[in-house]
Amino acid sequence: MKSWLEDVRRSSWLVSLLAVVVAFVLGGVLIALTDPDTQAAMGYFFARPTDAVSAGWRAATEAYGAMLRGAIYDPQAATATRQIRPITETLTVATPLIAAGLGVALAFRVGLFNIGAQGQLILGVILAGWVGFRLHLPVGIHLLVAVLAAVIGGALWGGLVGVLRARTGAPEVITTIMLNYVALYLLAYLLTTGAFQREGASNPISPPIDDSAAFPLLLGDSFRLHLGFLVVLVAAAFVWWLLERSTVGFRWRAVGANPAAARTAGMSVSAAYVGVMVAAGALAGLAGAAQLLGTEKSLTGGIAGSIGPDAITVALLGRSRPLGVVLAGLLFGALRAGGVLMQAQTGTPIDIVLVVQSVIVLLIAAPPLVRSIFRLEPRKRRSTDSADGAAPTAERQGAAA
Amino acid sequence: MSTSAPAQPTAPAAAAAPVERSSARPVWVMAAFAALALLLFGGFGPAGSSTFALSGGGAAVSLPDLPLPGRPSGWVIGLACVALVVVVELARRAGRPAPRWAVPLFAALWVVGFLVWVVAGQRISLVGLLGGGLVLAVPLVFGALSGVVSERAGVVNIAIEGQLLAGAFLSAVVASATDSAWLGLLAAPLAGALVGLLLAIFAIRYLVDQIIVGVVLNVLVLGLTNYLFSTVLSADRSLNSPPGLGPVAIPLLSNIPVLGPVLFNQSVIVYLMYVAVAVVHVALFRTRWGLRVRAVGEHPRAADTVGINVNRTRFVNVLIAGALAGLGGAMLTLGASLAFGQNMSAGKGYIALAAMIFGRYSPKGALAAALLFGLATNLQDILSSISTPVPSQFLLMAPYLATVLAVAGLVGRVRAPAADGQPYVKQ
Repeated sequence: MKSWLEDVRRSSWLVSLLAVVVAFVLGGVLIALTDPDTQAAMGYFFARPTDAVSAGWRAATEAYGAMLRGAIYDPQAATATRQIRPITETLTVATPLIAAGLGVALAFRVGLFNIGAQGQLILGVILAGWVGFRLHLPVGIHLLVAVLAAVIGGALWGGLVGVLRARTGAPEVITTIMLNYVALYLLAYLLTTGAFQREGASNPISPPIDDSAAFPLLLGDSFRLHLGFLVVLVAAAFVWWLLERSTVGFRWRAVGANPAAARTAGMSVSAAYVGVMVAAGALAGLAGAAQLLGTEKSLTGGIAGSIGPDAITVALLGRSRPLGVVLAGLLFGALRAGGVLMQAQTGTPIDIVLVVQSVIVLLIAAPPLVRSIFRLEPRKRRSTDSADGAAPTAERQGAAA
Repeated sequence: MSTSAPAQPTAPAAAAAPVERSSARPVWVMAAFAALALLLFGGFGPAGSSTFALSGGGAAVSLPDLPLPGRPSGWVIGLACVALVVVVELARRAGRPAPRWAVPLFAALWVVGFLVWVVAGQRISLVGLLGGGLVLAVPLVFGALSGVVSERAGVVNIAIEGQLLAGAFLSAVVASATDSAWLGLLAAPLAGALVGLLLAIFAIRYLVDQIIVGVVLNVLVLGLTNYLFSTVLSADRSLNSPPGLGPVAIPLLSNIPVLGPVLFNQSVIVYLMYVAVAVVHVALFRTRWGLRVRAVGEHPRAADTVGINVNRTRFVNVLIAGALAGLGGAMLTLGASLAFGQNMSAGKGYIALAAMIFGRYSPKGALAAALLFGLATNLQDILSSISTPVPSQFLLMAPYLATVLAVAGLVGRVRAPAADGQPYVKQ
């Protein structure tokens, strides 16, 4: 597993780019094939194949055009505000993806599979929500306490996984998946109790958080972009510092590279596991803070959406590096934001985003496949990197293809 | 038949059970549960009688209701649990393994005690409870079997969820298009195997981490089926109105009181499930093929040395696993006579994964765990209509919590196949 992660982390940016291209092409083919006009033209495909091809091409380009407009800049919108709204939507949607993706990436670097961003995020929003609508604190302090609560909630849920792994050897893959569901049902239960359910509401929804607990909007009331975005960028910078410049990060990376060697060198593997899962959970909790205090404002059972699974894809596409995670989060945020406009304007269901996203990650995860599609030579490693004998195993497979 | 010449050298590796003194922790957990039973079901047991209706479901013989007095039953069950704890502890002290029946009996007693407590003076139908639980357990059993077949060969199958969903989707579409539930039933394992094929290609051929492939495949299948549901299936609704595979009563057997309607008046898919569990069990533990599969999962290098093609074995097993889970998906549509719905599997693949782990990677254990989880889910459904001491969300949570406890070693030891999740590269 470690050698494979290393391989993915080190494969060239070109592979990532090509993976994205291939995924969009496949998505386009799917859009074309399911387009009613194309299907009609398919009926006489052998008589006039160009009709089907052009109809399919039109369907795919229209869908992707709408997606692009919905993600970056919409020249067709009526007002200037609505024209530039898409790019701010992208940043807003990307915010929790980046934060949760950082958490997953951090754990990857220590050799742990944190599938539990979803659960950690839910614990975060539970605590932050309670602070947000039950404590009525002064402006400034309230937001700070609420964010802190979210971070602590996530850190506890993540830390539990770390402790179980360190003390009992319970595989974190299993415990994180299971704890995701425990958190989900916990939230569902809490939303039926007096402490969390909105007064007079029959459906499971919490009261809205106080205005003092919400992230301030950055660009005024017409845009949803909030301070949480900047906070998450700072968190990304901090994660970079933590991993690359701090002693703790050095230990973590050492454990990730080779736990046995790290133990021999006197580092505590258990402490690294617990520590990194606390940090990863805290970041997922921060994602929850962005989601609840930034955009949603009320707790609902489905508040976590698909941020947890998306975070895994973000971390993989970003090669578990903070900058990469930020960029990958922005890309997937753009897909999501653009998908909304695409669905509204062209009727292409937003679910195509899931398809494109998962194909991207599958291809990223298999650099040899992408290289064989485009007949690229396996990348030459820098001399300093060639010392690790384990990494190129996947390379050999690719070369043999 | 079980030991053939080429496979023989791998047998010790496959069967190498570590000889060590069993820890006291499982006994402590059992003791805690026994104490809980005494306290909750006995001491704080419901005053009235909890009534279980035994007839219904078309059984030939009509039986009277079975009233169980709340508190006295709680005491009896609690004390029986304590007795079992003593049996297990004595065995441990003597260095013997606990009797094989002790822990299952303990679990069964506890479940009965819990039922009496939670029904709390009201009346529920036992046939409805068990039969519904069995129906809900079918996708879980198939999913867990899928996990067993794949992981015993050393490939982690997180993609069960996607395989269930793909099976549900394709079986509904094929059955609708051909107007034949049987053809739909045939399509379901194909869909699951297709997802398994992707898993195998990426995990075995391209050495991508198996967990990542599984997670991403689940997202891919969810996205694809959602997309096709919103486009193709919504445009032409005749593609999503499958004929169902309704219950078929087996003559004689279905007339047995209580168990008859529960076990033998079900959809064909349920009967397939009985067969699948038996076949997988026998194949894994009584045939040459099974021995080789387990060798590949435990010590691939040793298996390779004696001439077993490790990656081909794994490839085949992942395909079989996918087909099994796909068949389970058919239960969601054809078995329940329902049209396909978005995200229909709704996390059942992950509960199946939990059932596999909880059942310690064995078909029998997976069956028992999946039945228990199905029962818990059905109980939740039934109890949501009557007032009970336990919020329904906690019953839904129970399988997941139980699995966390199991992998953390609090309830016995769960040991995954030694090479589970590790790709094999021939040297």
